[in-house]
Parts: sequence; C-alpha cells; structure tokens
Amino acid sequence: MKAVPIIVGYAFRESLRRRVFLVVLVLTIAFLILFWLGNHYAFRDLAHVGPPPGIDARTFAGAFIFGLAMFATLFLGVVLTTFLTLGVVRGDAERGLLQPLVVRPLGRSTLLFARWLAAVAVCAPYVLGLYFAAMAITGLTGHWWPDQKVVPGLELAGGVALVAALSLLGSIFLSSTANGIAIFMVFGAGLVAGLLGTVGHALNSHTLERAAKVAAWVLPFEALYQDALRGLTANISGLTGFLLQLGPFGGAYTGGPLLRLWALAYLVLVGSAALFAFSRRDL
Amino acid sequence: MPSPVRTLEAVTPALAVTGLAKRYGAVEALGGVDLEVAPGELVGLLGPNGAGKSTLTKIACGLVRPTTGRVEICGAPAGSASARAVLGYLAELFRFPGWYRADELLDLHQRLAGSEGGEAERTELLELVGLADARGRRVEAMSKGMQQRLGIAQALVGSPRLLLLDEPTSALDPVGRRTVRALLEELRSRGVAVLLNSHLLSEVELVCDRVVIISRGRVVAAGTSAELARHGGVEVETADGVRAFPAATREDAPRIVAELVEAGERIYGVRVVASSLEEIYLAAVEGETG
Repeated sequence: MKAVPIIVGYAFRESLRRRVFLVVLVLTIAFLILFWLGNHYAFRDLAHVGPPPGIDARTFAGAFIFGLAMFATLFLGVVLTTFLTLGVVRGDAERGLLQPLVVRPLGRSTLLFARWLAAVAVCAPYVLGLYFAAMAITGLTGHWWPDQKVVPGLELAGGVALVAALSLLGSIFLSSTANGIAIFMVFGAGLVAGLLGTVGHALNSHTLERAAKVAAWVLPFEALYQDALRGLTANISGLTGFLLQLGPFGGAYTGGPLLRLWALAYLVLVGSAALFAFSRRDL
Repeated sequence: MPSPVRTLEAVTPALAVTGLAKRYGAVEALGGVDLEVAPGELVGLLGPNGAGKSTLTKIACGLVRPTTGRVEICGAPAGSASARAVLGYLAELFRFPGWYRADELLDLHQRLAGSEGGEAERTELLELVGLADARGRRVEAMSKGMQQRLGIAQALVGSPRLLLLDEPTSALDPVGRRTVRALLEELRSRGVAVLLNSHLLSEVELVCDRVVIISRGRVVAAGTSAELARHGGVEVETADGVRAFPAATREDAPRIVAELVEAGERIYGVRVVASSLEEIYLAAVEGETG
C-alpha cells in the first residue's frame, strides 16, 4: 500500500497539469454567481407574493431553491468524478498509458484503489465545498437555513464516491466513451426513479413508490440524494412540508442509518467486483 | 566454497517459459512454448505479425494471464510482486502522459519500483539513452524516437535483472538504433538478461546471443545464428573466376585452398557460404506474414 500516495499524487498532478481544477474552479464560480443572482431575485420578489393559507413562502422558496442547488451539486460532482475515472483501466490500456504502471510491483488492486481514492479526494471536498457555499448563499440571501446542515452534504459526497466506484468498475469492461455514456445513463435512471417516487407519493400509488424505492436502493447514490433532500426539511410539517415533498426537490423518502450502512456495503461490493475483474483482465 | 545461494542464483534462468499456451476465444495465440533466457543472455524473439511474440512478452510481465503453462522470472511466478520487482518492460505500443517531464517520469517509476537510485540513477539512465539534455522536456514535446528512448530508460529504472523489450527500435533512426545496440551490449556486460522482440533481423543478428523464431504460436527454430545457419559450401576466387564447392564445410576450406595452390591456381579470396538470419527466418516461418 506504500504505492497508494504515489498513484494518488500522479492522478492529482494529471488533473492539475491538464487544467481540470482550473476549469472546474472557473465554472463553479460562474455557477455560484448565477445561483446567488437566482436567490437574490427569488427572495426579493417573495415580498410581493401572497401565498395560500398554511404555506410558509420563505421556507418553501428556500427549500426549493436549495434543493435545486443540491441537484446541481450532485450533478457537477458526478460529472467530475466520472471524467476523472471513466478511462482508468481500458481507456488507459488502449492508449498504452496503463501497462508501464501495472508492470511495477505496486499491484493492480493498489492501483485501482488509489485511483478511486484520488477521485474521491478531489470530488468529495468539491461537493462539500459547493454544498456549503450554496447553503451560505441561500441562508444569507433569503434568511432560510435547512433543518439538517451537515448530513445532507455528507450524503451527497457519499453518492459521488459510489459513482466513482461504479465508473471504475465500468472502466474495466468498457471503453472511455462507452463507460461515460453508461455512467450518465445510470445516473439519469436513478434520478428518473426518484422523480417517479415523488409522482407515486403525490398520486398515493404504492406500486410506483415501491418501484422507485427498489430502483433507488439498487442505485444507492440516488437513495442518498433523496435522503439528503428530505433532511433539508426534516422538521417541516403541515401543508408546506407536504407540498415540498411533492416537488422534484423535496425528497420522496428517508433512508436513515440503514441506507448509509447499505451504501457502505454497496461500495465494498462494487469495489470488490472491480478488484476481482481487474485482476483477471488481460491488458 | 561458493555459498548455496550463489550457486542457486547462477542456475536460475532470468526467464523460464514452460508449455505456455494462450487462447483468445477461438484464436490460439500461443500453442505450447518453451523458452529460457539465462542471466546476462541477450535473446532475440522473431516472428511474423500475430505469431504470439507480444503475447509471450505480456504474459511474462503479468499483463496477460496464460491459458496453460508456466512462466518464471528469476524463479518467481510471472505477475507476482517478486517477479515484477526484477523486471523492466517496454511495450510495443506505449505512451507516457504528455504533461510529464522526462525527469519526473523516471522519478515516478523509481518510486513505484522502490528504487533508491535518486537523481544519480535518473541522470545515468538519461545519459545512457542519449537524453541528458532533455531531462526537463515534456513528453509531448519529444519526437517519437526520443519517447522510445525515454521508454527504454524507464524500463531500466531499478536495475532490473530481466529486460523485456517489445520492438524498442521501431521508431528510431540509425543513430538511435546504434545507441540502443550499444546500450544492450552494456547491459549484457552488467549481467542483465534481455528478451528482444523485434522485426529488425539485422539488429537481432548484431547484438543477440541467441534467436528464437516463433510462428503461429510455436517455437519453430532456436539457437545461435551459427547453429541455425545452413551451410552453402565454400567459394574460392581464382584467376579463372569463382569456383564453388557446394558440399564443402568451413573445415574443408584450408584443404581446398592448399590443393588449388598445389595445382598452380592463384587464390584471391575464400568465402564460407552460410545462410543469413533473414534466410533462416524465412525458411522457418515458411513465408508467413502477419
């Protein structure tokens, strides 16, 4: 395992030299400026809105707009982690980059684990940084803060770590392009399943809700996202809470500690499958 | 009295391949190859495209798993950490990240190989391959030939006991090839075993102690150039022209010359005719091309 920091450093340096960090930083700042503008106008105009009885307009607007930021945070985190990992095995092997590293005594499992760690070491702080920046913008602009402040951010980061593991597993079998497409389709399928659950909740359709729940647990990054969304308004009840749960950024269900345990087990399973497949892969 | 360990080291081949077979689905890449490379020996691996040379090299590196058979590197199973620790490898189709500088790349491989050679080793390796002036240059700014020489330097990091080179001179100009040839001879003198996979028969003939010719996944000829060569007789240049003695061998040449002189012929030159490596190769692979 002495080689882990060497490979992590290699991956960091690659991102730095290829200006990945610079591009991400510039575009993230642009996103945060736009998000601040959105918050500014939304909460300014809130004063002129006469909400229906039983609706707390500020809570509704704050949870909705920060829920939007949660989606953007997860999406950007998934984009970053996918592009950092989609070609780690087959893509790099096809380009002849992988073989000189693999023949060194470090071992394939160490190499794969280090590449996952490097992706998580970049993406998890990025997701957390973006999450807290968006929260601060909504809180300072609209004077609304989520009920749970830290756990939802950690769940988003956990979701991105799961996507990184899936992307590495996919990179063993698929070319870079095919793997990237596959990961984004799986990500999209998870989001659709989450929305399906919300629709099922609104229509009181237990079948839809069950199907969405199964899909979310098969793809736990989606379940973590839903749980994180729910955590924003965990203490909000009444009509405001009900309406938020009907919306796309309301969080259809809670996962709780069992979900987090399952996410961890899922990570171990995907990681083990990736290590096993990589150990048998001809390069 | 030599120690048992020293004796064991002396007899353990740098590369030992036994009954090696590899199938890719219905395609048989290797069909039972036996091969040995002794410490300090330079062996050329020849064969048409698709004969299985690169597959053999990759199995020895642990990049490809054999279907059956066994490969050992200095006594350790191919692919094991012990085997990889004593191995240097340059792939036929390799690439280094373009953003790396030559010195940084060698530094990375030193750390991965556990080499403690530091800057002195990097300097020596870059000088060996003629890149001393390019240590700060990025890979993307290097010519293909320079990248290939850097690849050879990378393979030499950590002083490997066995070097597996897959087409190491394919992108080199004549000067670069001469540099690599001199380097291989230097490595041989240091006791490093080399398996050189190449299409350049003249290169192989010049530097290798032995050649192994593979065709359709099987060894079809192996030995020194002299062992493999077929004798084509003796030719003697006289005042009347060249006289051929097709059945004669090298040992017959002095007697033939003596008899001709005794018979009053004037001798201007004598040549023992033997087939070239190219002729040996073409006969062994029976005209097969990849």
